[in-house]
Amino acid sequence: MTDTLTPVLTDNWDADRAWTLASYEERGGYAALDKAFAMTPDDVISTVKDSGLRGRGGAGFPTGMKWGFIPQDNPRPKYLVVNADESEPGTCKDIPLMMASPHTLVEGVIVSSYAIRANTAFIYVRGEVLHVIRRLQRAVQEAYLAGHLGKNIHGSGYDLDLIVHAGAGAYICGEETALLEGLEGRRGQPRLRPPFPAVAGLYASPTVINNVESIASVPSIITNGAGWFAGMGTEKSNGFGIFSLSGHVTRPGQYEAPLGITLRELIDLAGGMREGHELKFWTPGGSSTPLLTPEHLDVPLDFESVGAAGSMLGTRALQLFDETTCVVRAVLRWTEFYKHESCGKCTPCREGTWWLTQTLARLEKGQGDEADLDLLLDQCDNILGRSFCALGDGATSPISSSIQHFRDEYLAHLTHGGCPFDPAASTAFAPVGASA
Amino acid sequence: MTTTPERTEVETVTLTIDGVQVSVPKDTLVIRAAEQVGVQIPRFCDHPLLDPVGACRQCLVDIPDAGNGRGFPKPQASCTLPVAEGMVVNTQATSEVADKAQQGVMEFLLINHPLDCPVCDKGGECPLQNQAMSNGRGESRFAERGGIKRTFPKPINISAQVLLDRERCVLCARCTRFSEQVAGDPFIALAERGALQQVAIYEREPYESYFSGNAIQICPVGALTSADYRFRSRPFDLVSTPGVAEHDACGAAIRIDHRRGKVMRRLAGNDPEVNEEWISDKDRFAFRYAQTADRITYPQVREDGELRPASWTEAFAVAARGLRDAGAAAVLTGGRLTAEDAYAYAKFARVSLGTNDIDFRARPHSAEEASFLASHVALSGDVTYADLEAAPVVVLLGLEPEDEAATLFLRLRKAARRGRTQVVSVAPYASRGLTKMNGRLVPAAPGAEVEVIGSLKDAEHGVSKDAVILVGERLAQTHGALSAAAELAAGTGARIAWVPRRAGDRGAVEAGALPNLLPGGRPLTEASARVDVGAAWGVESLPAKVGRDGNAIVAALVKGDLGGLVVGGVDPDDTADPAAFRAALDAAGFVVSLELRETDVTRVADVVLPVAPVTDKAGTFVTWDGRTRSFDAVFANPSSLPDLRVLSGIADEIAAIGHGRPLGFRTVAEVRDEMQSLGPWDGARPALDAGKPPKPAKARKSGGTAFALATWKQLVDLGSMQDGEEHLRATARRPVARLSRASYESVLGMLEAQPGSEQLVTVTGDRGSVTLPVVVADMPDGVVWVPARSFGRGVLAELASPGSTVTLKGAAQ
Amino acid sequence: MTSDINGAESLERAGLDETTWAELREIADRYPEKRSGLLPMLHLVQSVEGRVTPEGIEACAEILGISAAEVNGVATFYTMYKRKPVGDYHVGVCTNTLCAVMGGDLIFERLKDHLDVGNDETTEDGKITLEHVECNAACDYAPVMMVNWEFMDNQTPESAVQVVDDLRAGREVHSTRGPRLCTWREAERVLAGFPDDRADEGPAAGPASLAGLSIARERGWTAGAASDRAEGESK
Repeated sequence: MTDTLTPVLTDNWDADRAWTLASYEERGGYAALDKAFAMTPDDVISTVKDSGLRGRGGAGFPTGMKWGFIPQDNPRPKYLVVNADESEPGTCKDIPLMMASPHTLVEGVIVSSYAIRANTAFIYVRGEVLHVIRRLQRAVQEAYLAGHLGKNIHGSGYDLDLIVHAGAGAYICGEETALLEGLEGRRGQPRLRPPFPAVAGLYASPTVINNVESIASVPSIITNGAGWFAGMGTEKSNGFGIFSLSGHVTRPGQYEAPLGITLRELIDLAGGMREGHELKFWTPGGSSTPLLTPEHLDVPLDFESVGAAGSMLGTRALQLFDETTCVVRAVLRWTEFYKHESCGKCTPCREGTWWLTQTLARLEKGQGDEADLDLLLDQCDNILGRSFCALGDGATSPISSSIQHFRDEYLAHLTHGGCPFDPAASTAFAPVGASA
Repeated sequence: MTTTPERTEVETVTLTIDGVQVSVPKDTLVIRAAEQVGVQIPRFCDHPLLDPVGACRQCLVDIPDAGNGRGFPKPQASCTLPVAEGMVVNTQATSEVADKAQQGVMEFLLINHPLDCPVCDKGGECPLQNQAMSNGRGESRFAERGGIKRTFPKPINISAQVLLDRERCVLCARCTRFSEQVAGDPFIALAERGALQQVAIYEREPYESYFSGNAIQICPVGALTSADYRFRSRPFDLVSTPGVAEHDACGAAIRIDHRRGKVMRRLAGNDPEVNEEWISDKDRFAFRYAQTADRITYPQVREDGELRPASWTEAFAVAARGLRDAGAAAVLTGGRLTAEDAYAYAKFARVSLGTNDIDFRARPHSAEEASFLASHVALSGDVTYADLEAAPVVVLLGLEPEDEAATLFLRLRKAARRGRTQVVSVAPYASRGLTKMNGRLVPAAPGAEVEVIGSLKDAEHGVSKDAVILVGERLAQTHGALSAAAELAAGTGARIAWVPRRAGDRGAVEAGALPNLLPGGRPLTEASARVDVGAAWGVESLPAKVGRDGNAIVAALVKGDLGGLVVGGVDPDDTADPAAFRAALDAAGFVVSLELRETDVTRVADVVLPVAPVTDKAGTFVTWDGRTRSFDAVFANPSSLPDLRVLSGIADEIAAIGHGRPLGFRTVAEVRDEMQSLGPWDGARPALDAGKPPKPAKARKSGGTAFALATWKQLVDLGSMQDGEEHLRATARRPVARLSRASYESVLGMLEAQPGSEQLVTVTGDRGSVTLPVVVADMPDGVVWVPARSFGRGVLAELASPGSTVTLKGAAQ
Repeated sequence: MTSDINGAESLERAGLDETTWAELREIADRYPEKRSGLLPMLHLVQSVEGRVTPEGIEACAEILGISAAEVNGVATFYTMYKRKPVGDYHVGVCTNTLCAVMGGDLIFERLKDHLDVGNDETTEDGKITLEHVECNAACDYAPVMMVNWEFMDNQTPESAVQVVDDLRAGREVHSTRGPRLCTWREAERVLAGFPDDRADEGPAAGPASLAGLSIARERGWTAGAASDRAEGESK
């Protein structure tokens, strides 16, 4: 029986100066390197495959399988790129991880690069997190000085260079091919696939792109074994993950638990919803995952169950909103975000978000009529699955799911002639007991 | 004369589109496979000559079976999806899903479009307009619900020629992709993001590309327009006639759009074997030279020192008598003649004037070159455009394709971009064009080419039997260089082709407008060749002595050995020694000028006979790869006669006064028939004879540091066929002088970053001086490069002969 | 000096000093392919110039051998690159949904009012540039404000006003889980890959980051072997 919370990645965050090499090594850090170097790269890949680790960046693609796609007969250099562009609204797990324990990521990078036979790796970190970047830069510098990076690491004969690369403000660069464009000094617009990055990614060379949390999980899998990892979680969603609670909950924060924990359990751990209020709607994995409601409180938070409930596990970014929140306002704001972040490459996303925002803004002001809801749904239908990448799909999620669950609230804006909610009531600094 | 590439067996794939089974080559994209069954899937970003991008999403189709038994859950972009065996595709014609997806995308495209078709130049030929009609909905839900469109200030000039109207743009990125992928000029790029994304130049760097007009042509909306054509006409008022570009030897297919006897615009034609769908801006925008005020419209004869109008009959008679009375006469033509006209001059010289003193090379030339043209160029057709793409190495000798053969440049760049073709250039410096072809420079100072070409045999250059050697006309400027090129080809087995600058040059070789060649590549020195031609022409014998070349004709006129001269379209400033050419005109006893517009020749000629521009006559250009490119007259203009008709008129009069005989033709068709029946020479090619080296030029007293002069003409310059094109000219590259760093420092002192200031240098030769800004280039020391026709009357008239010694001095700002 | 790259001659008239040119080249040289340096190079341009200037764009184009139009295309794509001069402190208030609902909208309104500027505008004294920003991955600290891309967690309108007042008065301000705040230009230099000496300032994690871990510690929950190795070492 696994414990309810399983701190692994977060386990050293409370250590003194946890970000330093000294602190990390004191707790056994970088031991996974020697264990990995004693294995063949293919065995490392097998171990990660056997662990059942699935991508922690939202899509949940099996990590070991992704590594296995790298054509080792391709003469070009191989690259590992860590996607540290954490920007999905509600998602806030990688940033604290890199701030508190950058060496966990660096160690993961070394093992992962060894597995795919890359001699150069990159951490593409969003630019808007200055202190995190400082800590990464320092950690990489320390790792070089300690011989964890550079030539002949730990006497293994394996060489690796690791470059910390700061982005410059573009949500779309969380999409892996847009990230590669950014890393190549271009506009962050997604690339046509195929070719997939595994075949022709960075500099048209075989490239693995993994989320921070995925890579950071690798050392623990090497250290403790695939079985240990696979023993946690649910049947097809193995292991643990960081669940990020935010919003109207008593103790928002990071909760590392086996996949399959429910929101009810998590809210309970977090001290319940804020006093005097109840859950109204929530996102399971960021704003691009369709909204869920209190009726979904007992859905196991794993890839399959959340999918079955009509949403996606995504990044486990649990944004909780209580009854003081206007869902129309929330959805409009997200839609404005997608419009702002649409890269402009494809028509449905670029033009669709422009139009959606206008339609929603009118509704939020109580203008328009019920037909606008059908128009919104039709616009969403013309964007979903028609866009070049998933950003367009994501833009439709809050709209269609909110109309599904809260159609009456949209209509209330029309009958009320505007938003019936008091925006002050939903704030963190509202007096206790305030209501809409 | 061209070879058809061998057809290799292509693997095919069979799929079903809208219920119709079709087999197409493997890797075909669904959007093009659909065309095979007659289904036009709407599209904007897709272009067959650009890399697939899948951006506009207009071409979505439903794929119920991807060929593996499973379908795609969502509609797929057919412009990026390759066919697969057994695939089932349902387009808008049969699938509601596809139809709705396309309608949805179209609706999105239109929400921010100004819908200003009535005032838009593209209206009537606009893919957006057409596809909105065929694949869009009738009303705008956006407008009816009070949607607010994105607006931009009205058009902005992204170059002197190209205007951008951002509101109309659908962001398909065809223009930016063309500029980057095809032209290699990424001076327009997408900027901003999301709905504010737009095509943009950098504020201090206009979109100056030799190929910018193609971006306008492939724009699927009215976002890009040319200053030249903007608001000039409506497409449905235009009549289109196919044509062939007359500005270089590439033979690019063009479409001439005209209205009421006036050319309104020219577009690229689609010829996959030649120019694909691209032409240079010169081919596109330079056509008003035939519509300028100084166009000659009636014959004139000189009387009491003044030209006066004359009837054709009178002018022919005056010309005939004048030429008879002047004694021995010669013929000089420019490089712009059609093959038919060149043939008429060749025949006229031999039959009516009884001479082989004829030369089409209105530029620096040599006896070695005449021999090379006879031995290696006439009747050759070993190399095609397609061959360039297959060659592992293409060697450029005395040829700067981007400036001198723009269509060829694009093909070479395409080959290089594919990564299978290495371009190697023997030139004074690595030009921008060479850089864009990822080319390798083998530096050669003017005069050093022979040695450098000899070194290309070394294995490191990869010149093997599969290589192609392209020889420019400028190689003739160094004695022995053409022979070295021929030797390189012979030694390695590489194929060789000659790429002249002008459209008529190759045709003139084939037509015998040379002192050593008769029509059909017949060596004049071969008695049987003379007999063949004499028999065909119905004359007892042809003059047997090899004639004078252009230089010798000029010298003989000055000396008085020649008295009469027929000049067909020569600009004195193009000739090897413009001053000498003018002196020859003055010295000549009698000058007949066949010209389009007033020139320094018409101003001194005794008889001036107007000739038709290419729009007014049918004709043929022979391309550098030996391809015959025939075209018909665009306008029926009975008073505008081709050169061949004018010559036959003079010949008739000469025959009437007892010399020669009539030419026997009056129309282009008759000349074509005659050329056809004469056919090509089937005897042995003459051997290449380099001849004696010219006397070394006297060293001049120098008032500065001595440099060797390198030069060529830039694509857009002061050439007279670009007259009247102010917007095109405004996009010309700035004239500069190029020096090596060491040369720069020897002349101007230490090279330092000096923000805002630019050094000038005065180059002085035996014909004059020019002062230009200096640019440092990676080139041999002791060499200065200047553009040949980008200032004043050009290098030949006002500076010095190419390859000669000039002096350099720093100049004050 | 003048050169022939892409036909755009005389690009090196750009008014950046030699050190900046050298550092820009140094950034480009960090990567297997130079162009990868463009994003950090533009950060460096901002740290020197206070925004992305034409001189900076031209220098990047020259060093990378690409056209200025391409650099401009990149510089206008990413929101951290600014075309107008930025103040000493860039204050970004998250107004994405969660922070907005939790008070970000009110904070932003209050600051606009207090500073008398609109979105993406700079105070007259050149100290503060105010902007509303998108989700900055600190949702468990909502509402969040960023100053020069340092976290200012759990803000209220009052605390936000206090921060900007302190900054304008030249008082030292600390990130709520980070170091002393540096200037925007200094921050951009770090983003360009030239670290400062503040990595060791501030805590490892803020309280929300430790929420789950503290419960696990209280209740003795572990992931088995993974935390066994650290047994006895944790606090």
